[in-house]
Amino acid sequence: MPQSNPRTIVIRESVLDKNRTIARANRAQFDAWNCLAVNMISSPGAGKTALLERTLSDLSGDLRLAVIVGDLATDNDAKRMNDRGAEIVQVNTGDICHLDAAMVARAAEALVGRAPEVCFIENVGNMVCPAAFDLGEHVRVVLLSVTEGEDKPLKYPRIFHTADLVVVTKMDIADAVGFDRQAALDAINRVFPGVPVVEVSARTGAGMDAWYGWIEEKRTLK
Amino acid sequence: MHELSLMESVLEIASRHAEEQAATRIHSITIRIGDMSGVSIDALTFAFDVLARETIAAEASLNVVRVPARCKCPECDHEFETDSPFATCPRCGTLRTELVQGREIELASMEVS
Repeated sequence: MPQSNPRTIVIRESVLDKNRTIARANRAQFDAWNCLAVNMISSPGAGKTALLERTLSDLSGDLRLAVIVGDLATDNDAKRMNDRGAEIVQVNTGDICHLDAAMVARAAEALVGRAPEVCFIENVGNMVCPAAFDLGEHVRVVLLSVTEGEDKPLKYPRIFHTADLVVVTKMDIADAVGFDRQAALDAINRVFPGVPVVEVSARTGAGMDAWYGWIEEKRTLK
Repeated sequence: MHELSLMESVLEIASRHAEEQAATRIHSITIRIGDMSGVSIDALTFAFDVLARETIAAEASLNVVRVPARCKCPECDHEFETDSPFATCPRCGTLRTELVQGREIELASMEVS
């Protein structure tokens, strides 16, 4: 058979379509549970797990809570959050630097009998790659710790653009590390004017009420 | 390095379409990448070189078309190119404009035989 000439085919398909389709199904599942899904994103070490430990301890008496926690390896974070009255599902991503919707879909199967009212999805510590992947969450929370430098939002504008809430963490050591609060708020406002910000210390509990208030507000608005 | 997973998806979509067209060889792949997509074109090209080897796109060339970011003003309908998804409208000064183009990560077309 003679070799046919190359022909052009037009495709125009978004590479993230598959992820988006699965994300939509995840969102439908969360909605069926009447559950608020919260995608939590930050650099490694910004305090996602510490914030969640405290949150679970404080809220699990009133709400059915679940956490899907992504890490490249280990179940250390899941162990830290265990025994706080919430369902914890650890996802190990291997070499992958972000959670995607399919990973969350698999993890959510473990929550089927539980029907949580709030499901926190603790993303892999990374300020770059998770920005592109819709997990089926309703809201996105970006954490910034006081040790990271006030200009972090300017360095990683894309992730802050997508935030529904910015949580400034480790406020109890703000003075010790010379954190310039106004400079940080200015930087956040420059990349995303008007985005809500709460300032917390998971250790002392300061500011946690504002965080819980925000969750409650989003739950009601849903 | 999410470019690696993105390129995996590109090749998956390309192979599926090639199969549907009963093609046995992909000569070129054209992708459209928005300036606000957060994707590094260098990393994407590198991922293509690594991942295409074992596929029917092994001999294919990769063309990358950059898509400039455009915003639209919800107040005065003005559309303009920008380098920020939160650009101020240059015509009426509105702060909250909407990004209408520039987030694309898309397999646009390919040549097959």
